Amino acid sequence: MKIDFTHHQSAHCENGVVSNLLKHKGYQISEPMVFGIGSGLFFVYIPFLKVNHAPVVSFRPMPGIIFKRFAQRVGIKVKRFKFRNESSAEKALEAELQRNNPVGLQVGVYHLSYFPDEYRFHFNAHNLVVYGKEEDTYLISDPVMETTTTLTKKELNRVRFAKGAMAPKGHMYYPVHFPKELQLESAIKKGIKTVCRDMLAPVPYVGVRGMRTIAKLIRKWPEKKGVKVANHYLGQLVRMQEEIGTGGGGFRFIYGAFLQEAAVILKNPKLKELSLEITEIGDSWRDFAIDASRIYKNRSSELDAYNKVADQLVALSNREEVFFKKLKKAI
Amino acid sequence: MKKSEVPQDKSNLESANFRELCYAVDENGEYTTENSTGWDPKTIALNNAIQDIKERIDAAKKRVVANESSPIDYYMEVNKMDLPILASYVGLWQWRVKRHFKPQVFKKLNTKILQKYADVFDITIEQLQDIDKNI
Repeated sequence: MKIDFTHHQSAHCENGVVSNLLKHKGYQISEPMVFGIGSGLFFVYIPFLKVNHAPVVSFRPMPGIIFKRFAQRVGIKVKRFKFRNESSAEKALEAELQRNNPVGLQVGVYHLSYFPDEYRFHFNAHNLVVYGKEEDTYLISDPVMETTTTLTKKELNRVRFAKGAMAPKGHMYYPVHFPKELQLESAIKKGIKTVCRDMLAPVPYVGVRGMRTIAKLIRKWPEKKGVKVANHYLGQLVRMQEEIGTGGGGFRFIYGAFLQEAAVILKNPKLKELSLEITEIGDSWRDFAIDASRIYKNRSSELDAYNKVADQLVALSNREEVFFKKLKKAI
Repeated sequence: MKKSEVPQDKSNLESANFRELCYAVDENGEYTTENSTGWDPKTIALNNAIQDIKERIDAAKKRVVANESSPIDYYMEVNKMDLPILASYVGLWQWRVKRHFKPQVFKKLNTKILQKYADVFDITIEQLQDIDKNI
């Protein structure tokens, strides 16, 4: 069986799956719209925790939250299932496909056979859509891929039951109830308010203050940890900022696209101006990545270079503080 | 970022014939999307990370050869895992897995436990017991 499902590539998997599932139901919702209403822009540094042997910095909230907020704010109900074992997960998936219903799945990345080897690591909050099955092969629409792809039954079960942090446990979901018309205006406003609140939060680990904390740490890394470790940390930071899924510049460009769309829907030209501003800030994030990469490219460097990128990060945090204050006022 | 400035550098994505999506502004200042083949600053970061994993694997291999650690240590690194992830995959407590890192303890493991590890690493028990048989 094969459901008539149109695949659209997106930058980020979570927004992409939501946007694709909604487009399938006839609602033209773009990826930036999902991202903006779900308040996807974020910055957090989690102390005492290490992933890939480096400190954890994230440019987005916990996986799943964007979708949850989006659904709540526009008035969509989503049905979610988790499973104890592979066979019941498989049965439930098959039943939905029989009903001509494409479903979203949460999966682990490590065993996704169609991903380039270098990108396969133990991350369990990737999302994709299953839109059919032919013999023992599932038809997959993975929003970060350019085209649709496939997974065998064994491969799909393996990624659905990946283990480790945030194990998906077969997590399957699909929207069930839609309002007559999506309440975009109020949803956009709520989405923007939450982002402003989070980015300006008075905690040293979140938002613009989190960036300053990281900047301070960057200055200390080379002396405290040695150049090799400092470079590894810096590399991981740039990867979190630019890796597939961010659309570039730590999600700043997707957010710019969202503000541009929002300006039209809310008939608020101020948002259009702010869209330009966040785009420029995104460009500066890219510059930060370029300068950081110069440091870790040589795998050794003078201490001054670390101070320089730390300064850039502080400058970014100052600009974003001004930006989010303006954004808060604009709505 | 302007649409014309979306980087098209050579990267590891090429091997999989895959381009990622970026958001950028076109000539009229409107947002649009553009595919990118890669960007050097991230490719370097990724390559460094891969290099790091290789070094960890080599270090683990040396430990196993020197009989300081069991092959489980080595295969864990090969599979890019750490202790919590491995323990979760085999369904054992972390302290038990850690104990299995000791060569003396590893030698006495029964087939049932060995098979669990072999399944997780996608190898045979013979390969698990002798890292030279890993391809």
